[in-house]
Amino acid sequence: MATDISKLGVKATWKELTEGMIVAGAGTSKDFNTGEWSEVKPEFIADKCKQCLLCVPVCPDSCIPVKDMKRLDFDYGHCKGCGICVKACPFDAIKMEGVK
Amino acid sequence: MGKRERLSGNEAVAIALRQINPDVFPAFPITPSTEIPQYFASFVANGQVDTEFIPVESEHSSMSAAIGASAAGARSLTATSSCGLAYMWEELYIAASNRLPLALALVNRALSGPININCDHSDSMGARDAGWIQIYAENNQEAYDNMVQAYRISENADVRLPIMICQDGFITSHAVENIELLDDADVKNFVGEYEPEDYLLNSECPMAVGPYAITDYYMEAKRAQAEGMRNVPRVVEEVAKEFAVISGREYGLFESYRMENAERAVVMIGSAAGTTKDAIDRLREKGEKVGLVKIRLYRPFPADEIAELLKNVKAVAIMDRAESYTNHGGPLGADVMSALYRARANALAVNYIYGLGGRDVRVEDMEGVFRALEQMIEEGDAGETYRYLGVRE
Repeated sequence: MATDISKLGVKATWKELTEGMIVAGAGTSKDFNTGEWSEVKPEFIADKCKQCLLCVPVCPDSCIPVKDMKRLDFDYGHCKGCGICVKACPFDAIKMEGVK
Repeated sequence: MGKRERLSGNEAVAIALRQINPDVFPAFPITPSTEIPQYFASFVANGQVDTEFIPVESEHSSMSAAIGASAAGARSLTATSSCGLAYMWEELYIAASNRLPLALALVNRALSGPININCDHSDSMGARDAGWIQIYAENNQEAYDNMVQAYRISENADVRLPIMICQDGFITSHAVENIELLDDADVKNFVGEYEPEDYLLNSECPMAVGPYAITDYYMEAKRAQAEGMRNVPRVVEEVAKEFAVISGREYGLFESYRMENAERAVVMIGSAAGTTKDAIDRLREKGEKVGLVKIRLYRPFPADEIAELLKNVKAVAIMDRAESYTNHGGPLGADVMSALYRARANALAVNYIYGLGGRDVRVEDMEGVFRALEQMIEEGDAGETYRYLGVRE
């Protein structure tokens, strides 16, 4: 039976974890909210964005959704706040505390 | 009914495995456990089992393959000794933390160095904190019986932990003794089929095994693992009860030998318990109140039950067939003494290191231990609590 990922947040008690930490069922990583691992996040400033999309391929967690060839706001449910996108942006359209 | 035979401990374990007919058996040879996969390979060649036997290039690989097979949904095992176990070190923890039921037929041998192929418990004692169930045998019959019971304990839904079935290298693994084997059909029926709910080869529901668990999850994962261990003693006793029905042989967490009204006791693991029983019989004939507690289940450790058994004893010697280099004794000594402390027992306790690297222990040696306990009682003092038995001074 597929594991209910929604029950495996950081509030889960030891009794609520799966046996041996297995995750049954495929494609479950989308449902696993790894964004809660960090507190500091990048901020998308849409006015400055030229839609060059240089930020998209460098995101290690695929947290910059693209629709109709345009990037949207961050997927904070999976963004771990690494700040690489801030460095990749040539137009200062991404800001993040502690990253220049 | 069972069949009477004369077999070495290795052959007895191999026959138990033939009767169990596991799915996957990866193995790499190392003295003195080599004969187990060797005998088993002949069963495979003769078509007596339909096990996938995998000759691998190292013990690191044999345990990895056993783990992979278990995760895939197969009943798996391997066998090893000494440095082979040491080479499986990281995998031992993986098997336990992934809650994979699998068996390891361990034939106890000293760890190098100096390099030595003979018996002591330094290999398995080093692995005592890996999260494996550890069960030890005194003789060939027990090694066989423990192997037959292994999967029922390991695969129990309340346990799901790997199990190490240990016997003393050469002393039981190579010595031939009379033994009573169960009928093949009885073993097959007793062990049953392994049917895990989740497994890698389940195409209906693929799964991830061993995912990353950082600080937010690691402690909860370890606590959940400990719960499996907490259920082990109950399951070991339940399985032993069922085993008694088909075999007529009774097992518990430990064996209490002539402990009724005993004032002096020895606690030990493995084949030297037989020697100690002979010493006890001699001394009991002279009216001396002496007894033995032989540990069968060492991990998890049945501390409360052992303390209860020792509560009226005046002096106890705990025998360790492994060094621990704490400067105050071995691993069994530490476990028994902490159990006595928590039970507020008044017994004087000493810890002997004995039998390292195959050093013989004789009936006279164990009589000497009981004499030393008598002296401790007379003096009301345990004296040096960390002693060596049978070493040239």
